[in-house]
Amino acid sequence: MTRERELMRVPFGPIHPALKEPVKLTLLVDGEEVVDVSIELGYVHRGIEALAETRNIVQVLHLVERVCGICSHAHPLCFIQAIESIGGIEPPERALYIRSLVAELERMQSHLMWLGVMSYQAGLLTLFMYALRVREGILDVLEEFTGNRVIKEVNTIGGVRRDLDDRIIARMRSAVKELRRALKLLIEAVHDKTLESRLEGVGVLEHGEAVELCAVGPVARASGVDFDVRRDDPYAAYSQLRGKFSVIVRRGGDALSRTEVRILEVLESTELVEAILDELPQGEVRLGKPLLRLSREIPAGEDVSRVEAPRGELLYYVRTDGREFLNRLRIRTPTLANFPALMAMLRGSELADVPIILSSIDPCIACAERVTLVDAREGARRTVRLSELRRGGG
Amino acid sequence: MGIVSGSRARSPWLFLLNASSCNGCVMEFLAALSPRYDVERLGCVLVGTPRQADVLVIVGPVMRKMLPMIVRTYEQVPEPKAVVAVGSCAVSGGPFVGSYAFEGPLDDVVPVDVYVAGCPPKPEAIIRGIYEAVARKFGRGPGGGDGD
Repeated sequence: MTRERELMRVPFGPIHPALKEPVKLTLLVDGEEVVDVSIELGYVHRGIEALAETRNIVQVLHLVERVCGICSHAHPLCFIQAIESIGGIEPPERALYIRSLVAELERMQSHLMWLGVMSYQAGLLTLFMYALRVREGILDVLEEFTGNRVIKEVNTIGGVRRDLDDRIIARMRSAVKELRRALKLLIEAVHDKTLESRLEGVGVLEHGEAVELCAVGPVARASGVDFDVRRDDPYAAYSQLRGKFSVIVRRGGDALSRTEVRILEVLESTELVEAILDELPQGEVRLGKPLLRLSREIPAGEDVSRVEAPRGELLYYVRTDGREFLNRLRIRTPTLANFPALMAMLRGSELADVPIILSSIDPCIACAERVTLVDAREGARRTVRLSELRRGGG
Repeated sequence: MGIVSGSRARSPWLFLLNASSCNGCVMEFLAALSPRYDVERLGCVLVGTPRQADVLVIVGPVMRKMLPMIVRTYEQVPEPKAVVAVGSCAVSGGPFVGSYAFEGPLDDVVPVDVYVAGCPPKPEAIIRGIYEAVARKFGRGPGGGDGD
């Protein structure tokens, strides 16, 4: 007896309850298996690139800080590098180290946040709470140093806006030490049977696919792509710090590998922070000139700059007009670069794994708590909560 | 105060609506749920659907594509409800005023009870905002105490 196959369309989002940004995924499912997926973006479109063309360089610096609150250091850093290269400005050595320092602290808090969200999606609320508590230690030193927990505003043309003193250096050292102790427990928790079996073999991205689809960051590194902008195209102080960290690469390509890559990267970042604090050169942290005069001296020109944001390679294209304004700003974020890879992971996966796969790429979106199942043939609708999906229902 | 309205004030359920936010406020809201700040000690629980919520926490500027979703989500929250606008973007539009996609501050779209300014506001401020909203709309503040 032949059973007629029913394909169903399952829209995910755009509004969903718990975590982060709205995005809409439409999944075509055959029973429990995801056959195809389409992604609809634009719910958080704020017109930042167009806004940047109406503002001067200093204002844009504050605007790009707010592209993403989680990587709010990577964005301005990437932007300011392009501006400095157009203007031929060389920031002092100490400023470069501080930029790297804040970038690493940001990577730690971002990965810990992600670990929390990921375990929340996997149904392990304890680890969510624990990861978020550990993360507070990093936010404390960030707040003490930069004045804000989330939006750091450290970068300025030709350097950074704040200098480290002995007290804050000591605080950072002890925070990093404490984090490393806590990480041992987190790593153990990740390798616990329950979580491991939930993540293993889920959302596999083969090495070839990762290369072909131009995946970036931890997603690519978990599929065996040995690439990290910090090592392969060093910026800030990373050329001096080359021997101080290793690039974590895993070959599994599944959600577990991506988890491992990220959590070990936090460990590498603790090493890096200590190395930066050890080797911190003396001297000024910015050029002596007023910011507005510096911004007026930037000639007309264009440049491309990239940094390794917590989620992967972030790329900025900047064209200045020589009168302190921008002609064009183009931002290519790592999450956007990872969407084709996400689609490849989702195809052929099980419906219940979709939330895990979605959060395993650490999207700046994580959008699905309520799902409407639409029966394509009868047009009947029923609504399912993500929590039911998590239990493996559907 | 009856048992329903009493429990609503003592244990308000929260729904977080992200209207085009940059995630900064979302992270601080999540931090408010985390052990250090622990908004659950006031009886607040994060729920998965607006239909179960008493307090709607909205973060981020109102952008064109999200506008209908914000209105719909607001309508889905049952009465009586309180709305807390968290962050400069929700309060005024913040740095995004002037964008072609910008549809005005949040209170142009839905009625707002409490404004929490800051970019982003600290978790303490968000908790205070939720407290104020509950106290104002539901007759008394959340948590166990009687007088406050």
